[in-house]
Amino acid sequence: MTFVLLAEQVLNGLQFGVMLFLMAAGLTLIFGVMGLINLAHGSLYMVGAFAAAATAAATGSFLLALAASLVAAAAAGALMELVVIRRLYGRDHLDQVLATFALILIFSEGTRWLFGSFPLYLDIPDALSGPVTLPFGIEYPRYRLAIIGIGLAVATALYLLITRTRIGIQIRAGEEDREMIAALGVDISRLYTLVFALGAALAGFAGALIGAIQSVQVGMGEPVLILAFVVIVIGGIGSVKGALVGSVLVGLTDTLGRALLPAVFGLFMEPSAATTVGASLASMAIYLLMAAVLILRPRGLYGSA
Amino acid sequence: MNLKSLIAGAALSALATVAMADVKVGMITTLSGGGASLGIDVRDGFMLALKQSGRDDIEVIIEDDQRKPDVAVQIADRMIQAEDVDVLTGIIWSNLAMAVVPSATAQGKFYLSPNAGPSALAGKGCSPLYFNVAWQNDNLHEAAGAYANTAGYKNSFILAPNYPAGKDALTGYKRFFEGELAGEIYTKLGQTDYAAEIAQIRASGADSVFFFLPGGMGISFLKQYADSGVDIPLIGPAFSFDQGILQAVGDAALGVINTSQWSKDLDNPTNAAFVESFQAEYGRLPSLYASQGFDTANLLISAVEAADVSDTDAFRAALEAANFDSTRGKFRFNTNHHPIQDIYVREVVKEGDIYTNKVIGVAIEDRGDAYAAECQM
Amino acid sequence: MLTERRLNILVLALLLAVPLWAWIANEPFTITLATRAVIFAIAGVGLNLALGTGGLVSLGHAAFFGIGGYAMGILASHAQAYTAIFEWPVMLEGTKSMPIIWLVAILASALAALAIGALSLRTSGVYFIMITLAFGQMFYYFMISWPAYGGEDGLSIYVRNGFPGLNTLDPIQFFGLTFVILLLVLGLVTRLRASAFGLALGAARQNEARLRAVGIDPYRLYLLAFTLSGAITGLSGALFADLNRFVSPTMFSWHTSGEIIVFIILGGVGRLMGPVIGAALYVMLEHLLGGVSDYWQIYFGAILLAVVLFARGGLIGLLVGREVAHD
Repeated sequence: MTFVLLAEQVLNGLQFGVMLFLMAAGLTLIFGVMGLINLAHGSLYMVGAFAAAATAAATGSFLLALAASLVAAAAAGALMELVVIRRLYGRDHLDQVLATFALILIFSEGTRWLFGSFPLYLDIPDALSGPVTLPFGIEYPRYRLAIIGIGLAVATALYLLITRTRIGIQIRAGEEDREMIAALGVDISRLYTLVFALGAALAGFAGALIGAIQSVQVGMGEPVLILAFVVIVIGGIGSVKGALVGSVLVGLTDTLGRALLPAVFGLFMEPSAATTVGASLASMAIYLLMAAVLILRPRGLYGSA
Repeated sequence: MNLKSLIAGAALSALATVAMADVKVGMITTLSGGGASLGIDVRDGFMLALKQSGRDDIEVIIEDDQRKPDVAVQIADRMIQAEDVDVLTGIIWSNLAMAVVPSATAQGKFYLSPNAGPSALAGKGCSPLYFNVAWQNDNLHEAAGAYANTAGYKNSFILAPNYPAGKDALTGYKRFFEGELAGEIYTKLGQTDYAAEIAQIRASGADSVFFFLPGGMGISFLKQYADSGVDIPLIGPAFSFDQGILQAVGDAALGVINTSQWSKDLDNPTNAAFVESFQAEYGRLPSLYASQGFDTANLLISAVEAADVSDTDAFRAALEAANFDSTRGKFRFNTNHHPIQDIYVREVVKEGDIYTNKVIGVAIEDRGDAYAAECQM
Repeated sequence: MLTERRLNILVLALLLAVPLWAWIANEPFTITLATRAVIFAIAGVGLNLALGTGGLVSLGHAAFFGIGGYAMGILASHAQAYTAIFEWPVMLEGTKSMPIIWLVAILASALAALAIGALSLRTSGVYFIMITLAFGQMFYYFMISWPAYGGEDGLSIYVRNGFPGLNTLDPIQFFGLTFVILLLVLGLVTRLRASAFGLALGAARQNEARLRAVGIDPYRLYLLAFTLSGAITGLSGALFADLNRFVSPTMFSWHTSGEIIVFIILGGVGRLMGPVIGAALYVMLEHLLGGVSDYWQIYFGAILLAVVLFARGGLIGLLVGREVAHD
């Protein structure tokens, strides 16, 4: 494997990780502040992608499509919180898993009912299409570079939001001690709706960004959802920093596993068997990573007690 | 029984005429969840043919398998045990077919496959009561290999998901392709990001890429490939280029070569009438799945006209004769009840606002399959 | 007044009466549905031991369900093809005898549960839910890509396996067999819950620290509960495979894990008969709603949501009230 190919694969892993971060950040924030496991987070990702595809088809503008994804997912998230989720805060995790599992069924089939069974069309804007040449002659798609940039910008913005703003202080206080901030006169139910909508908007935004290079279809949220859970568990649930580190770790493990494992097995096995075994192991690699992290650190890398 | 049943024609009037025995058909297909568009197309094609025939003696019960093998088995059990159907059909996926077909034929029911053609059912596991009206799973991939030879490709990079149909696809391609392999990759089933694979393709020095990635996987791959700037020509089977998928891929698919036993511009009167009437009935262009559903129903109708379904031997002989006008033009059955047919090379084009396929040649003529010799009926 | 005990007897009587009626009325498919409900119930009773009594929310029980299924698939497919599973170090042949298959299914899934449990129980709460999910996914991807036993296509067994003295292909006889197993499993779980182990497990769920104070290590309790729970679910997997005469990696998918939890919640967490009622209800809903609309999963999701939000304690809780101490 040449240096250029390896460098390109590392970039791919990074980009995959950044995309996972957009999903995982909302998930971990919601867990950190409200103590809620939300399996339906993937449905919000799907809502964002569908809203973007519909808007792009109607207006032809990618920027409007991105805006629509933010608005639609935030609205869907707020609605979800007001109608269902707020009844679940006091419940145990089992009830939360079940109720949000039910929400997945409702959202998936509801979307299919609205938009039909065929995948929708959403393409990247002309300004970002095609490859660029990076130093050392690495050719890399401009759009994927943009995703890396956007993801890092979102991570920075989130960091500033949490450390520098009034809302952020309330969020941090909520993570530390829920009764205390209520006693301090913060409207806690409004804060919760806001945090949930923020997490939803991030997921929807990710759905729109990724929908442009993948397939916009019903059920697209589920594989990403499971990966996002792996990410926040590795990072430590509730920690945004953990989500960032976990995303990059999972992105790199998955991408490099797919790229390298078949070659590694090829050293001592016949080619066709090596590709099969390598591919099988690569598809299990992130779960192995997660099991290993949890066995060594049962609360994840940055998890608090 | 609370069944979602669709009665084709009035059963009462059929009773009054008595002339012909009623035929009861059980259709098990995917109507909900991710793969629903394929099942819907097969169903719509099938029902269109029945409607056009004007027959009132064929009753069809349609059930959704949710793409779950255990649900398909459960429905098949019900159709056989409680509904007493004569003929089963409709299954889209090979793994569901493997779950249902062997036990259905063992219980003496006919099965007409409108889509899946796993190798086990074409070879050692073939059955006198099982007919495949679509293709053996390897066929379109073999045709892609044959096309790669005629196009002068010497060095192919090939990839498919890591599951049995994916392995069959690469085996099928290699069976006909005479050049070298620049690389061979199995991806994760359901994978949506192909950046790592595309990077390997770029670095491989291949002169052609063969890929089998059905459904959403193919949409993702095509969009990402087009954006990557890699310009090695792509070849694939029709499954990533059917009418439902192409609109979601858009420009990224333009010019890509794919192989299919059917295309909407195949020049024969049956096909022209089919495409026109399908569009009139459902307001969309038919896919190859719809054409397969349509052909399956017409095969069934031809057999019902020739023989009584309760006379198993006569009905089987009537099916074997394949005495119907196929949307593919030529169509006949091999000794293992799988088609012998031409497989075409198509190119993705844009007609007005619609992305569709255009036939540009024939990849293999009169192709049967590699397993027929193993079939002992 | 409907007590939980009377309800339990009523449910078992109904579960027996419906297929018997179907047998007389010659409705074999209803018997198949009832058998499906009974087998799901066994899986649920297995998980309920860990989840209800021990408070261990496992989102990976599909792994044991699948292992049980493949124990049947692998043994029977070798017997069907007259090939040995392996010849070295000892000759091991396939079999089509249900008791042997069940034994293998129980042992294999218990072993897997012991290994998965030993690692997973180092975590708790949400982490436990997620790590069990991860192990389930690992098995799922492994089975899809392992070519030896059919991969995603799965394995078909043409004739149902045999049980001495019975014709298992006759729906009512196979139903009877599964029903007896359900009764045995329910009996076993009742005794377990009343035993010192069961009481300690219930105490561990409520307050680990107190248990430690009296010198009992909750980890070992949990591990034993998890292993037993996996073994019972594995047995139901083998039965499920025999019902369908087919196994596939779908048995390992995380939806399966979710569905087993759904049985428990629908019926009532921690109740002995919760999973039985839940599984029967699930099979009925699936059957009836499927007839209403192509989009039936919307309605199913809504019902599930309503149960979780408004009928805490599931159907049993709704019918007999929540005051019953169920430990």
